[in-house]
Amino acid sequence: MSRSRLSFITLMVLALVVTACGDTAPSPGASQPAVSQPDVDPTESVGGAPSTAPSESQAGEPAPSAGRLAQVQDRGQLICGVNGSLPGFSFLDEDGQNTGFDADFCRALAAAVLGDPEAVEFRAINADQRGPALQTGDIDVLIRNTTWTVSRDTAWGLFAPTTFYDGQAIMVNSTLVDATTIDELEGAAICVQSGTTTELNLADRFAALDYQPIVFPEIDPTYAAYEDGRCDAVTSDRSQLVARRTAFANPDEHVILEEVMSKEPLGPVAPLGDDEWFNVVKWVVYATIEAEEQGIDSTNVADMVETSENPVVQRLLGVTPEGTDPFESGLGLEPDWVVTMIGAVGNYAEIYDRNLGPGTPFDLERGLNSLWTDDGLLYAPPYR
Amino acid sequence: MSGQGMGETLPPPRDVIGPAAWLRENLFSGWVNSVVTLLTGAAIIWLIVTIGAWAVSEARWTVVTNNLRLFLIGQYPADQAWRILLNLGLISVLAGLSAGAWGGATRAMAVTLSALQLMLAALVVASPLGIIPAGVLVLNAALVWVAFGFGLRGWIPRRPLLIAWVLSLPVSFLLISGVAGTPFPSVSSNVWGGLLLTVLLATVGILLSFPFGVLLALGRRSQLPVVSIMSTGYIEIIRGVPLVTILFMADIILPLFLPGEWRLDRVARAMGGITLFSAAYVAENVRGGLQAIPSGQIEASQALGLSGAQTNIHIVLPQALRAVIPANVGLFISLLKDTTLVTIIGLLELLGISRAILAQPDSFGAQMEVYVFIAAVFFILCYAMSQASYRLERALGVGTR
Repeated sequence: MSRSRLSFITLMVLALVVTACGDTAPSPGASQPAVSQPDVDPTESVGGAPSTAPSESQAGEPAPSAGRLAQVQDRGQLICGVNGSLPGFSFLDEDGQNTGFDADFCRALAAAVLGDPEAVEFRAINADQRGPALQTGDIDVLIRNTTWTVSRDTAWGLFAPTTFYDGQAIMVNSTLVDATTIDELEGAAICVQSGTTTELNLADRFAALDYQPIVFPEIDPTYAAYEDGRCDAVTSDRSQLVARRTAFANPDEHVILEEVMSKEPLGPVAPLGDDEWFNVVKWVVYATIEAEEQGIDSTNVADMVETSENPVVQRLLGVTPEGTDPFESGLGLEPDWVVTMIGAVGNYAEIYDRNLGPGTPFDLERGLNSLWTDDGLLYAPPYR
Repeated sequence: MSGQGMGETLPPPRDVIGPAAWLRENLFSGWVNSVVTLLTGAAIIWLIVTIGAWAVSEARWTVVTNNLRLFLIGQYPADQAWRILLNLGLISVLAGLSAGAWGGATRAMAVTLSALQLMLAALVVASPLGIIPAGVLVLNAALVWVAFGFGLRGWIPRRPLLIAWVLSLPVSFLLISGVAGTPFPSVSSNVWGGLLLTVLLATVGILLSFPFGVLLALGRRSQLPVVSIMSTGYIEIIRGVPLVTILFMADIILPLFLPGEWRLDRVARAMGGITLFSAAYVAENVRGGLQAIPSGQIEASQALGLSGAQTNIHIVLPQALRAVIPANVGLFISLLKDTTLVTIIGLLELLGISRAILAQPDSFGAQMEVYVFIAAVFFILCYAMSQASYRLERALGVGTR
């Protein structure tokens, strides 16, 4: 009897402890919000507060409305919302590193703002969480294959320049149907994931055609059913079709039709109402594009700083030739932020090739994602 | 039988015992039964052969072994993973000592803990993680029995052991989350994942919701209208809402009410949500137990001059809680499985991390392997929990008194 008595006294004590700290929650993190109080630890702000940064970081008075740029620099870490399970764009590799095209743009932003490409806290964000996560300011930036639409632009956040121009396409099983255009798919069974814009676009495109949609709630069963031959065709974003085709047993039997059924511009999104931060996100994307255009990459950026005589390159890299005034971008970043960023993650072409280009299982052609000089859509405004 | 004459020797009955007789009696007692037996037998053999052939020859188990570290601890830094092994070691010692000191149900727990670690070690050996972590796990499993030997001799008094158990949860947390500037550098909960996160969410949910639930159950039966109405209101509101909703609220709505600079840890939010949710169900289970106690006992204790609190602590609760062990264990098993719901708020517990792994180019089309592996892990955990609870029931004599 005394044994159970003892254990019950312990239990009640535990219960009291729990209720006593009921509203602070059983959290290891209860001690962590202290980090959000700036200037507790001067080493916290990696890369040092740049001289051009807003004065909050020196003033030591963290006004609640301090700009996000200052917040990120005080925190010493960028909180980047990613998909987390999209092949080629963001996923965990076998070492647990977030890898992919979107993840690399998070690193580029961290390198530009904090000087350290690894100072990123990746947050896996669900499709439904995207809007709220931006609206509550829980994340600093959303880089999660999000299509730029007018309603999202007005409600969710500010869309930075598109990093990846995607488009919906159709993949056809050539052993079942012989079609080279969508109009030849009359009467075909088409696999599609439900609840996506993909499904709606399919209905739009096939409004005048007879077809049989076979709908799946999840992405893996969609492709499994298609590969088993239950559908004649499957539709999704082109990048996804290409990625999935590489995993098929007989990739050669599957043909992706040329026709683009919808526009899917995917890019970073910054929270509404902070123009300074939005400018930083915007120009990080532009700088990767501009660097490619100027032939600056991670291997030659250090040499370019030393040797380049081109004033465009010098401005971009923050080099001040003798006898001239230093160029002020007004972004609130270190003058050589582009050097740090390109040295860490490379220019647009390097990011693309590393994650989606030849040598990866996807081997996606640049297509629309080429520089404007190569008939693509990538066009960075002048950096001056 | 009665028709036989006396003195006549009957031949021994044929085939009433033995395997052949059993078969005829149970499986082939008529032609209908024989057909059914043959058909189901063929179906079962076909299933086993198909699944076995898939598991042995077709399945690409390298997806599991190559990503084993992710499955087990998520993105927790590899060079800090020893802290989790150390933590397991501490718990092993504690469990072993308790098993020696108390016996009974604690012994079942020690057996389970060492068996689970041995299984884990076998998995780790098959993966590129190498022999060292596997060796530590085997060592941990052995530590349970070394500590058991110490505990048996009665060298360890029970009271410090109890205190150690109460402290083990905060200590584990400190070990895993770490403190900056110590040999245990701080590891953000953002990178906790896999089995580690699943077990942490479930453990915290179970350990914290239990006392909270008991208080709510007592509150609901309280004579004080404020306490009783508030408890009832809490229980009914929480029970009327799906767990997914509560998790979404904790993840999305809560930050809207907090001042802009405030960031509540996401794992803590999920733990809070799970605890609050499960407490309401524990409360109703416990209330069932409370109502099973005859009021005569309470009146008798009042007649003896015990106060209300004394009556509850010494008379009512010990019996009530013992009676609801099966119901509560069922609840806790489902809580363990419900932790997979945190995937939808972007936490990478066992299910969430497998989605991230399935997005690796090397893992395309390996969803069968990954989901079969996860199902096996969950089955082992749930089975271990239910076995431990049977032992606990037996030790406390539930249903035999």
